[in-house]
Amino acid sequence: MNNIYMLILGMMIVTYLPRFIPFVLMNNKKIPPKVEEFLSYIPYAALGALVIPGFITAIPGHILASVGGIVAALILGYFNGKVIIPVVGAICTCMLLVNLGI
Amino acid sequence: MNKCTVKDAINDGIPIIMGFIPIAMAFGILSKSANLTLLETLGFSMIVFAGASQFIAVNLLIAGAGFGEIILTTLLVNFRHFLFSASIAPKLTKDMKKFAPLIAFGLTDELFSIASLKEKPLTKEYLLVLEFCGYSALAVGTLLGYVLGGVLPPVVQLSMGIALYALFIAILVPEMKKSFKVVILLTLSGLTNTLCLYAFNLPQGWSIVISIILVSVLGLFIKVAEREVCYE
Repeated sequence: MNNIYMLILGMMIVTYLPRFIPFVLMNNKKIPPKVEEFLSYIPYAALGALVIPGFITAIPGHILASVGGIVAALILGYFNGKVIIPVVGAICTCMLLVNLGI
Repeated sequence: MNKCTVKDAINDGIPIIMGFIPIAMAFGILSKSANLTLLETLGFSMIVFAGASQFIAVNLLIAGAGFGEIILTTLLVNFRHFLFSASIAPKLTKDMKKFAPLIAFGLTDELFSIASLKEKPLTKEYLLVLEFCGYSALAVGTLLGYVLGGVLPPVVQLSMGIALYALFIAILVPEMKKSFKVVILLTLSGLTNTLCLYAFNLPQGWSIVISIILVSVLGLFIKVAEREVCYE
């Protein structure tokens, strides 16, 4: 446990390589349509898994407030195309709910 | 068709900053409590730039884990970024490819999600400015957290934990309105992830990667009668 910078360097490498290698592999390659379609679903599949079930513990110890914040974001997002409104609305909803002891 | 501009990047960058600063502050506080120096702490945020895995790393350090174990865990947690980059790589035009090494560095979950759901064609200006917002927010937040500690009232700090989830929801809702297939994919992926985590007790890194691959493959076979998108 002597040099933390060795750890930081190691973590940098294993973080950067997965982010960079695909750009090299796919450079100037023709991608088959099926693969392209598969790749186009990745953002949705990723977001589903990034949000569910993690959002339940967005606010540790306050499951209902977390759910309330997400519902607020869904409703505000439905009526407003901008990203900022649901984000601020969700934070305010959570502050209110946490203050109420929920 | 008009492309993504710097102004778009700043508009999208502001919610990213709001989400990153409190998380970065929490990281600064955690890292200080683990007796890391300010420079080491900033090193995690500015050299690794990986949000969740920084927390895991410092917690593992506190628990006395070896460097090898921490690096392997980081690789596992960040392996999903391989899929993210593969998904965004075909969208890079020729003049953007020169910047691929830099663009790749900044592709966290949040920045990838925002960028890849843009309807307008991506530009290097958009991607680099958006990533700069995220990068500087993580750096500044880390510094603030380390130096100032818990300056935010606890209720505020706690409530800002919802910010990044709300950001994900905010970029998804318009997609869900447009396409029922998106709703199905999101639901399937969330269910798969929940099942992998709680029924099969898989580590989060594997669970997310399995969910992404499985559901993206299923996407090839799911046919949904899409409603005509109506422009009012």
